[in-house]
Amino acid sequence: MSALETNPAAERSPELSQVHAALVAGERPPRPGIVAQCLTFGWRGMLKIKHVPEQLIDVTLTPVLFLLMFTYLFGGAVAGSTGDYLQFLLPGMLVQSVLFVSVYSGVALNTDMTKGVVDRFRSLPIWRPAPLVGAVVGDSVRYVLASAIVVVLGLIMGFDAEGGVPGVIAAVAIVCVFSFGLSWAFTTLGLVMRAPNAVMNTGFMLLFPLVFLSNIFVAPDTLPGWLEAFVDVNPISHLTTSARGLMGGDAETGSILISLLSAGVLTAVFAPLTVRLYRKA
Amino acid sequence: MSDSPAIEAEGLAKRFGDTRAVDGVDLSVAQGAVYGVLGPNGAGKTTTIRMLATLLAPDAGRASVLGHDVVSEADTVRSLVSLTGQLASVDEDLTGRENLVLMARLLGHDRAGARERGNELLEAFGLADAANRQVKNYSGGMRRRLDIAASIVVTPRLMFLDEPTTGLDPRSRNQVWDIVRALVGQGTTVLLCTQYLEEADQLADRIAVIDHGRVIAEGTPAQLKASVGRGSLHVRLLEPDQRARAADLLGEEAQLEPDPAGLSLPGAGAEQASAAIAALVAAGIGVAGFSLGQPSLDEVFLALTGHPAEEGEAEQVAA
Repeated sequence: MSALETNPAAERSPELSQVHAALVAGERPPRPGIVAQCLTFGWRGMLKIKHVPEQLIDVTLTPVLFLLMFTYLFGGAVAGSTGDYLQFLLPGMLVQSVLFVSVYSGVALNTDMTKGVVDRFRSLPIWRPAPLVGAVVGDSVRYVLASAIVVVLGLIMGFDAEGGVPGVIAAVAIVCVFSFGLSWAFTTLGLVMRAPNAVMNTGFMLLFPLVFLSNIFVAPDTLPGWLEAFVDVNPISHLTTSARGLMGGDAETGSILISLLSAGVLTAVFAPLTVRLYRKA
Repeated sequence: MSDSPAIEAEGLAKRFGDTRAVDGVDLSVAQGAVYGVLGPNGAGKTTTIRMLATLLAPDAGRASVLGHDVVSEADTVRSLVSLTGQLASVDEDLTGRENLVLMARLLGHDRAGARERGNELLEAFGLADAANRQVKNYSGGMRRRLDIAASIVVTPRLMFLDEPTTGLDPRSRNQVWDIVRALVGQGTTVLLCTQYLEEADQLADRIAVIDHGRVIAEGTPAQLKASVGRGSLHVRLLEPDQRARAADLLGEEAQLEPDPAGLSLPGAGAEQASAAIAALVAAGIGVAGFSLGQPSLDEVFLALTGHPAEEGEAEQVAA
């Protein structure tokens, strides 16, 4: 039973003398600070964008298709002209595309769980939530990239940003802040579901009705009363109104405050829940 | 402090729902050696390791690692140990180099130091050529080597290795074994969980046999083998067709082996063995080879648990 001596020692590739040397040299440097730890995990997120750009493209492609399709196909019918509809739709597409990207925070965390990477991080002498905080912060870069794609496409199609550069930046910022809050809900989902695909499906299943039953595509006053009532309280409507106002040069303070408050509530509820679940994972 | 045992566990227990995954494990592991934890799938090995590595809080019992309690001093324990899990827990989307630099940065190396340490390890583990390839394109053996390299970015005092060679080809397996021996040679204590009897036999200085969440035997490989008494006569025939006749000749105790030309006679001494071989030859049955030796750990396992060790592909143990 121990007759498996088929490989000559010369073939082995790890250099044992070097392994010894590496072990002797493995002294422990001073422990890095919490911020440095989080930034290192943020860097990991950047590397993932570099190595797996498909993830970003996938979720950005849907809003891009929506933007093209809705503008040119339905724009005339819905708003009288494609140009008018683009003015209405583009801020909503910005919201939609960034919200879709936030689902990936949960998918990525679940992937780490199922691949055992979380176990390695949890066995390190680091601040335990650092991988979570770093990943969510790193995801902000994805949000900005997705925003840039939608905004640039909109400008090419003829979108007129009356709020100017500051308005566009402010709109992107508020959408990113809201998505940061929402991404904690998806990381919670990522820790309770069994597989990355399940996280993605459930995430989009929750997000789709909220996105469609908002004022992203149509003005709510054309809807039946009961639906209008829902659309009016949907936080995504408030976020869209905020982005529309900021990009269009007439910002609505009420919607902006509600959007920021929603982001705060989402973070306050789901960030501690995520951390709690992660500790026990 | 440096005299404390590497691991001391008393009555460690963990249940998941109705399943007692670990049901009162006692362990005492001295520093500076390989301690094998041997058991079939689902015996509770991974859950035990996860409790010792501070990933999972025990329901009952206590454990300390190098003198530090795994619950109340978890952070200190984490700075002394490293874990190489069953799944080769490296980031598949990143390159080998990026994985090592990530670990080095998290452990406190500055940018240049992390890169230098990464290169040193890539070189030592024969991964320099693949340094800039994404890990998803690595072979199982390369992935496992990278995993171990990531675990020694800072040389740990104690290393947990959970089934390090499951699913590896023999060559990669031997490489991993060499690395484990190098680790121990340098002074690191290794807790090795395995379901492969040969692996425990090859590497471990002491072995705990674990089954259904309990330690059912403990000792050196030689002690465990001696505990089941004498060894077996193993015979390999020239013609597999003649095996049934050979088994008849050797009597009721003869057992057929997985090898279609192999059979064995447990508990045979030298006299009985020579008589058996002579009988086979006299009956015109060609013998290709035979051996008389200590009992294998397989036989030890069978004797201890009443069931053979399952050597199938590892199922991920729920945790």
